[in-house]
Amino acid sequence: MSTPLKFYQVGSFAVGNRLIDEADLSVQSSTSRSNSLTSGHRACQGCGEALGARYAIDAAMAATDGKLVAVNATGCLEVFSTPYPETSWRLPWIHSLFGNASAVATGVAAALKAQGKSDIRVVAQGGDGGTVDIGFGPLSGMFERNDDVLYICYDNEAYMNTGVQRSGATPPGARTNTSHAVGEHPGASFTQGKNLPLIAMAHGIPYVATATVADLHDLEAKVKKAMGMRGARYLHILVPCPLGWGSRSEETIKLARLATESGLFPVFEAEYGEITETKKIRRRVRVEEYLKPQKRFAHLFGANGHSEMLSAIQAIADKNVAKFNLWDSEEADTNHG
Amino acid sequence: MLRQIEGSRAVAETVAACRPAVVCAYPISPQTHIVEALDEIVRLGELGTCQFVNVESEFSAMSVAIGASATGARVYTATASQGLLFMVEPLYNASGLGLPIVMTVANRAIGAPINIWNDHSDSMSQRDSGWIQLYAQDNQTASDLHILAFRIAEEVSLPVMVCMDGFVLTHAVERIDLPEQSEVDQFLPPYTPRQLLDPSDPMSIGAMVGPEAFTEVRYLGHAKQVQALELIPDLAEDFVKLFGRRAGGEHDLDGLVTSYQVDDAEIILVALGSVIGTIKDVVDEMRELGTKVGVLGITSFRPFPLDSVRTSVMHAKKVIVVERAFAPGIGGIVSSNVRTALRDTSIKISTAVAGLGGRPVTIKSIRGVVVQAIDDTLPELTFVDLDVELINRELERNRQQRRSGPMAENLLRDVGSR
Repeated sequence: MSTPLKFYQVGSFAVGNRLIDEADLSVQSSTSRSNSLTSGHRACQGCGEALGARYAIDAAMAATDGKLVAVNATGCLEVFSTPYPETSWRLPWIHSLFGNASAVATGVAAALKAQGKSDIRVVAQGGDGGTVDIGFGPLSGMFERNDDVLYICYDNEAYMNTGVQRSGATPPGARTNTSHAVGEHPGASFTQGKNLPLIAMAHGIPYVATATVADLHDLEAKVKKAMGMRGARYLHILVPCPLGWGSRSEETIKLARLATESGLFPVFEAEYGEITETKKIRRRVRVEEYLKPQKRFAHLFGANGHSEMLSAIQAIADKNVAKFNLWDSEEADTNHG
Repeated sequence: MLRQIEGSRAVAETVAACRPAVVCAYPISPQTHIVEALDEIVRLGELGTCQFVNVESEFSAMSVAIGASATGARVYTATASQGLLFMVEPLYNASGLGLPIVMTVANRAIGAPINIWNDHSDSMSQRDSGWIQLYAQDNQTASDLHILAFRIAEEVSLPVMVCMDGFVLTHAVERIDLPEQSEVDQFLPPYTPRQLLDPSDPMSIGAMVGPEAFTEVRYLGHAKQVQALELIPDLAEDFVKLFGRRAGGEHDLDGLVTSYQVDDAEIILVALGSVIGTIKDVVDEMRELGTKVGVLGITSFRPFPLDSVRTSVMHAKKVIVVERAFAPGIGGIVSSNVRTALRDTSIKISTAVAGLGGRPVTIKSIRGVVVQAIDDTLPELTFVDLDVELINRELERNRQQRRSGPMAENLLRDVGSR
């Protein structure tokens, strides 16, 4: 963001901040936003994915003057937005399969190129399961070919549409229905994980970024930037899921913010394989502050909790902070770290 | 234009004459020569802005085809065998969405055991995928059926598979009358999609459909196949008028089936693909000896031409279905379709499974089956040229020892030691 103002001076990250220049207002605050994912859909209360998708696609629509086609992987976003015969999408939209959104988008882009319609742009979108697991091969192919597609992953860290099962993006210790909070090592395993933004960067594609639904301006700016570029681009948005995370629906934004402030979800941008911008943490929190409001981590707390797992998760956060240089004490409000 | 040309190259040049806007490809034998040729044609600029996309799997090949077709592009791809199986999920999606993609299947066996040679196991496994399936008997028909395929696909909004025998046809050099561009342009008008991803008229494609309409959507997939059944004979006639030859080959009857010495035949063989050439030789030979035998070729397996088959073979005493694939646990695949066509008749129908995994189907093998039929010794299901001794020895090993080892390797060792 170019604006020097810190929004939290008014105590909120409100969409329609009256104190900033009109030019710096978010797309969401504009009455002329395309409202691409319009009301009436069947997402849960407090769904981070619905929010993230509307933010991202509206921003992409604004950046392309409405000349946009969206390809959707199977998943919550597809199911809640298009129960036959209704649709919430106000742009050309196609759903094919769970694992092929990136390849279908490649086909759309190829057809548009063949037809000389290079002004029409393509976005593919899916959840973390459709992106980091079942759709990984086609996505890597799309990156490698540098196809002119922006792929957006809405990461809620598990297979929520099928009833909360572990995915390759499920964080260590998290309870899902295939990583139950029982036994000696409750919750998802402490493996090396699958960091798709870093894997995307390894393909050397023009643009890779991460964002959360907690920082609308940052998210919109990244979509706008991505749509200003050609070739394969990847945007990974953290979208809390009240159902799967066992969190209060009104805490979706707050949790997304805590995910970054704890260091567990680094927010950054990269071009051609190199990190160009990192979102500094203003107010660093310990991982407990982020984990405790989520029932999927409830087994880590209390008398029978697992403090050693909390320490291990804190170590992951600390490693992220060091690796991505997330902490800048000069910009910091208070030092909780 | 007459050319001495490899089947794959003929198909590639014919597909190019159909002016596809997007071609996607993933290599698998024996289909590779087709897309290799198309890559060259596209790179030389002969197809204008046509996009050739090298994908990372067959799953993506069909997915790219889906995206491009839904964006209004005429799309082509080719595959075979394991590749066809790897794209099964998007295969059903393409037909379910009603996208007129045309794909060549260079017919090849399915593993295990891995085998690159020709049979029909691959395309037969996808007979219920909702795709139209056309089978070529030689390279002239393989080439011509592609022109017909694009026209059928776009008329009824269904994808079409053109099946041609791997190696036997794809790698065979024959004299082919390649179509002139002007003729193809006349036969195949520019593609006008029924559904389109277009920002000036946004629509959602691929919504979730529940019990309230799923049956109806599925029924439409069937209705379009039935529609194609009526359309193909008309298009076949249009094709003759324009190109001066029949797309289904010299003995084509109605675009759906081919008929050779069938009219007065008492024994009729039914088959698909290149094996029909061999069967015709057997028919000629046995006719000279006075046996009334003929062969009905099925060009359109999906939709299945029940009426054409029934009308053609109603007068026969015996029907032998020569199959290049089979359904383990029951037997013939094509046979069960033929039985449906011949319901309420007293015709004796036998299944002869032949030529699996590239085993040559010889004149001698076919003649043997026909002789058995004449003698009333042909079983309802028979595996032509089956090495029964080899199988019995393996079964004996299985009986004698629990850990008898991998069966394919056992058979190979056995064959090698004799």
